[in-house]
Amino acid sequence: MSLTADDVKKIAHLARLGINPQDEDNYAQDLSGILDLMVQMGSLDTSEVLPMAHPMDQSQRLRPDKVTEQNQREKFQAIAPQVEEGLYLVPKVIE
Amino acid sequence: MDNQKWEVVIGLEIHTQLATQSKIFSGASTAYGAEPNIQACAVDLGLPGVLPVLNEEAVRMAVKFGLAIEAEIAPYSVFARKNYFYPDLPKGYQISQFELPIVGKGYLDIEVDGVKKRIGVTRAHLEEDAGKSLHEDFHGLTGIDLNRAGTPLLEIVSEPDMRSAKEAVAYMRQLHELVRYLEICDGNMQEGSFRCDANVSVRPKGQKEFGTRAEIKNINSFKFVEKAINHEIERQVDLIDAGGRVVQETRLYDANKDETRSMRSKEEANDYRYFPDPDLLPVFISEALKAQIKATLPELPGAKKQRFIEQYGQDDESATTLTSSRELADFYEQVVQLSAGEAKLATNWMTGDVLGALNKAGLDISHCPVSPERLSGLIKRIADNTISGKIAKQVFDKLWNGTATADEIIEQEGLVQITDMGAIEAIIDTIIANNQGQVEQFRSGKDKVFGFFVGQVMKETQGKANPAEVNKMLMAKLKG
Repeated sequence: MSLTADDVKKIAHLARLGINPQDEDNYAQDLSGILDLMVQMGSLDTSEVLPMAHPMDQSQRLRPDKVTEQNQREKFQAIAPQVEEGLYLVPKVIE
Repeated sequence: MDNQKWEVVIGLEIHTQLATQSKIFSGASTAYGAEPNIQACAVDLGLPGVLPVLNEEAVRMAVKFGLAIEAEIAPYSVFARKNYFYPDLPKGYQISQFELPIVGKGYLDIEVDGVKKRIGVTRAHLEEDAGKSLHEDFHGLTGIDLNRAGTPLLEIVSEPDMRSAKEAVAYMRQLHELVRYLEICDGNMQEGSFRCDANVSVRPKGQKEFGTRAEIKNINSFKFVEKAINHEIERQVDLIDAGGRVVQETRLYDANKDETRSMRSKEEANDYRYFPDPDLLPVFISEALKAQIKATLPELPGAKKQRFIEQYGQDDESATTLTSSRELADFYEQVVQLSAGEAKLATNWMTGDVLGALNKAGLDISHCPVSPERLSGLIKRIADNTISGKIAKQVFDKLWNGTATADEIIEQEGLVQITDMGAIEAIIDTIIANNQGQVEQFRSGKDKVFGFFVGQVMKETQGKANPAEVNKMLMAKLKG
């Protein structure tokens, strides 16, 4: 299984990663290597093994439904690049 | 559209905000309408180092819903990350469920024009809501309010079982009624607690394969769902008739223009790269927990309607109306109980005057100015013939606009029905004696004059005489 430079570009875009065009082929090769390893692992017989969703095979702990958080907007917004009227401001997103 | 030629296929995805106090993965409040960002804590903001902790109540509510639609509840379910970039999603992923949702296959029964139909529910999964983007002008920037980020959602996905916009609306209404009965969602559509996306496609009648579907996003009222879907059906049929092809895309319904338009920006972002969230362990639902939640299930709308028909002798329409919300049904049953079982009168008054007045005033039953106690007080006086039906309407007006009880109003206004037939006879005798001309007319065959006499008696008794009795006695006397 091998990825092309175009696949790499698409994946990088979806993950919002800026990569150097001259590195694309190398990434394609490295990532293909990982996929090859997966294919190799796929040849193992795992029919008797239950899939795990998490390496810690435990049940999720639950929290009682109580409001425990206070308003800390000022602290959070102190590190934001731009705020106004309590809102975080970001570059315009147009639908 | 040519109904002979085309078949419509609709599936709905409905997002219900669960009515928890706190968020699904944090202890921040979910209350609606707060100042921007004061309910967005470090977890909701996705600050480094924070970890999500699952809200027990959100899990219970999801299970409750699953049990109510007779669905399989997953003994083991898993949270996954749905990755996409948008400013109202601070982490860069939404915590959702993908392969192992908490609620599996179930169903909901609907009725359209008297025809019953079973609509399959494919699945329902827990996830977190995103924040809100405000596109008003902030010097060319967008304002982000993250108060809603992390609010628990149950996304309920139907099978593509609906064949018309009407069926889709019926399904949506049924679901809306159900989540409110279960008290897992307040159902407030204006506030976005209950939101609908519709997948719509058309295919030539008889064709097995589905046509290519378009998804219409965020249709937030029952009225718009029907309009938006019908509009989309027409668009697709016109497109195909003109030799075109429907493309799979997301479209946004614009209620002002009554049209859907393509949301191009979302097209290429549709690759969400789901994977299990390493921050959250799998959720196990034991049989014991299921049984415990099952025991808390209220009587569901369908069962309640059936009971109203059998227990109170209601017709289908009245029973449908009076069980349309739990509050309304409870109100009705209280009235019946307090009026010592006057079910029929209670039904007539509730479906007639009470709902009429509420509608006119734009109120729902929880804000009805007339309490079940005061309404039953009125019904008791109609039942025991203290007041006539006509006077009762006057009393109801006064109940609606004041705080007095029916008995106080009847007493103060002197509205008691005259049951003393001797008194009525005396009044009739006087009227006949004073209107000999009309008596002659009546006796010579002018039947219409009868109405004049009834009017005179009612005027004289201020409407407090029983009309049937008056008619009977008048007729006997006039005929001599």
